[in-house]
Amino acid sequence: MMIAEIGSFALVLGLAFAIAQAGLSAAARIRRSTVLAAAGEGAALASFAGVAIAFACLIYAFVTSDFSVANVAANSHTEKPMLYKVAGAWGSHEGSILLWCFILTGYGAAAATLGRGLPQGLKASMVAVQGTLGSVFLAYTVFASNPLLRILKPPVEGNSLNPLLQAPALAIHPPFLYSGYVGMSVVFSLAVAALIEGRVDAAWARWVRPWALAAWSFLSVGITLGAFWAYYELGWGGWWFWDPVENASFMPWLMATALLHSAIVTEKRGALAGWSLFLALGAFTFSMLGAFLVRSGVLTSVHAFAVDPKRGVLLLIILGVTSGSAFTLFAWRAPKLAPGGVFAPVSRESALVLNNILLAAATATVLLGTLFPLIREAVTGEAISVGPPYFNLTFAPLMATLAIILPAGPLLAWKRGDLSGVGQRLWVAALLALGAGLATYALVSPRKALGAAGVAIGAWLVAGAVVELIERTRAFRVPAADSWRRLTGLPRGAWGMTLAHLGLGVFVLGACFELGWKAEAAEALPIGGAVDVAGYHLVLESVGPVDGPNFDAERAILRVTRDGKPVCVGEPNRRFYPAGNQTVSGIALCYRGASHLYMVLGEKRMTTAGTPVWLIRAYWNPWATLIFLGPVLMALGGLTSLSDRKMRLGVAQRQREQPA
Amino acid sequence: MRPKVSLRSLAAMFAGALCLAAAADPADRLPDPAQEARARAIFADVRCLVCQNESIDDSEADLAADLRHVVREQVKAGRSDAQIKHFLTDRYGEFVLMTPAFSWMNLALWGGPFAVVVLGAGLLVSRLRNRSGEAELSPEEAQRVRALSQTDGA
Repeated sequence: MMIAEIGSFALVLGLAFAIAQAGLSAAARIRRSTVLAAAGEGAALASFAGVAIAFACLIYAFVTSDFSVANVAANSHTEKPMLYKVAGAWGSHEGSILLWCFILTGYGAAAATLGRGLPQGLKASMVAVQGTLGSVFLAYTVFASNPLLRILKPPVEGNSLNPLLQAPALAIHPPFLYSGYVGMSVVFSLAVAALIEGRVDAAWARWVRPWALAAWSFLSVGITLGAFWAYYELGWGGWWFWDPVENASFMPWLMATALLHSAIVTEKRGALAGWSLFLALGAFTFSMLGAFLVRSGVLTSVHAFAVDPKRGVLLLIILGVTSGSAFTLFAWRAPKLAPGGVFAPVSRESALVLNNILLAAATATVLLGTLFPLIREAVTGEAISVGPPYFNLTFAPLMATLAIILPAGPLLAWKRGDLSGVGQRLWVAALLALGAGLATYALVSPRKALGAAGVAIGAWLVAGAVVELIERTRAFRVPAADSWRRLTGLPRGAWGMTLAHLGLGVFVLGACFELGWKAEAAEALPIGGAVDVAGYHLVLESVGPVDGPNFDAERAILRVTRDGKPVCVGEPNRRFYPAGNQTVSGIALCYRGASHLYMVLGEKRMTTAGTPVWLIRAYWNPWATLIFLGPVLMALGGLTSLSDRKMRLGVAQRQREQPA
Repeated sequence: MRPKVSLRSLAAMFAGALCLAAAADPADRLPDPAQEARARAIFADVRCLVCQNESIDDSEADLAADLRHVVREQVKAGRSDAQIKHFLTDRYGEFVLMTPAFSWMNLALWGGPFAVVVLGAGLLVSRLRNRSGEAELSPEEAQRVRALSQTDGA
């Protein structure tokens, strides 16, 4: 078979076209030539086609278990289920970088095709920058990280993929995460192009917005999938560990969130242009930093897979050169940008600036928490750890402040807001939030003031989003039919914002309730033994063997009752993967409303009397579903907003040409 | 102090190993529930030195089990949280605690986010001040100013 060679060839073609894209588009910008610009756009499409063929070839090699390809031999196995054979294509360093390039050139092609309304110069510059990014990453792939290389003596069987990665959530996690990371590249290219053109205005902010929204939505889903994987697969009952790898994906998300908000100010009021540019550059810089941190192994993490320190240096150079030159351009050009509209201390602008200050500080927290130990060790030689307690003390108060001011933002008017008016509209929400907090404090045992405060903040966000919707539809003040008409007539962008803010509230409710009141129990149980957690009674009925496609497992049957009434049967297992000689726990979840009963089967032991016992752990994770539902709502909000008519590319341009 | 190279290779061995909240093992538990709860709270703040960013509360590594044993013994002996943590940092350095110390060496770490808030607030206030005295331009005027400044720039 020649598939791997065809893939390698297509990959090199993709690189050649990316270089052509950069060169032709740059020439088009300099000579102001539409012919060259069209050629550059064509090259962007060709580059994407090349990388897509290479990527398809890699997937084909994985699906057919072609172990003469080194990457397949190292990461696949004939007995692996099909989903994980395909997902194995991006389970390694080389494969994941090829996925990165596939998405990068895909966005490049999309930007070249969709950006018809953009001014010629801006667009040519953007396509040129996107082509440069494509060239750099494709050159890295071709020369340092080609996943399609052959080995001389193909093994009979492959090494298989790390069994921890063989989970549905994690199989689709990288494509979403990378669609988010790399989506920021278009935002980055647009920012660099605007700096080259020396013009950042409302129209620019409007062009950036759809790309930022799409990337942000993908990133939200990607991070949530990762958190769910950690929750479901690691068997610790936790979902976020403030681990460097998690932080690496969280920083671009925070930057993109700030950008989405500052770009509104730039679009509506022409202000904060420099800051929006800075965030646009920062979002992709943090994406590249994330890829570098995760792939280089400079940081130890619970879930860094596919690590290669030598190539980490190359990735660091790519990061330094691309971001370094972009920020140098920024430092040179940004001071000349127009400052934009005036606003009063109490105004929507001020609220959005406050949002950005807090998000920037939160990003600084995550960045320092991730990188400071490295810096401190390099400078003083002393190693320190920055763990969850640091983030609880810094990140949490910043986000709590942000959440408290959030519902007021959308109710404030541009330029000069009316604080007492906002108070009049929000007092019901405040009362509800306070009531929710007090009720939680009084009714949920054990009493926890901090947890109750968290629930109050979550309720405040949810109630605030509802109040905002009521405000827009004038519900309870005009006839119901009128309100209904207003509701159905709301622009998608408004729905998107409401959904996203509601999602944040749902997440806060879930996270605070789960962290505050999760319960844990662990016992070594003989058959027939029982353990209690949070009022649930778990009886170990039996333990038996199960055969999996590529693993052997031991499965426990746990009969769960509450007050003598049957609730559910949990079947946690413990899987042994002979291919990688690894044991992985398969947890059982029993859903109780939004709460989870989380069951884990541990190791088998012998008592002194000679009877076998199994270590059974059970967690009660109240409202845990909300933790994952919240971010999904946020991402849906992003996509809803993206489907807004005015988001369609080029609309801004047409409106500008025909002043109302 | 920390033998870095060997720890890295050890860490690689533990990467991806089955991770159970090992501290919950009933065989090791202290008889007094209050003492056990205290020990568990300390575990969450103690790093498993050979693992990949795990606390000894989570890790199944032998070294984590040893450290849990040490902490439990000291809790049983009636030593305070601060005394136990002091004992650990004397032995393993600051690296062993998940919470970085409030020290001058960590000023940037603890003060950084605060500095960003102060800087941002300062910029916002200065912007609001500078502009509050100015009369606002009408849209037509703004358009003309923009047009003029562009021809200047070109």
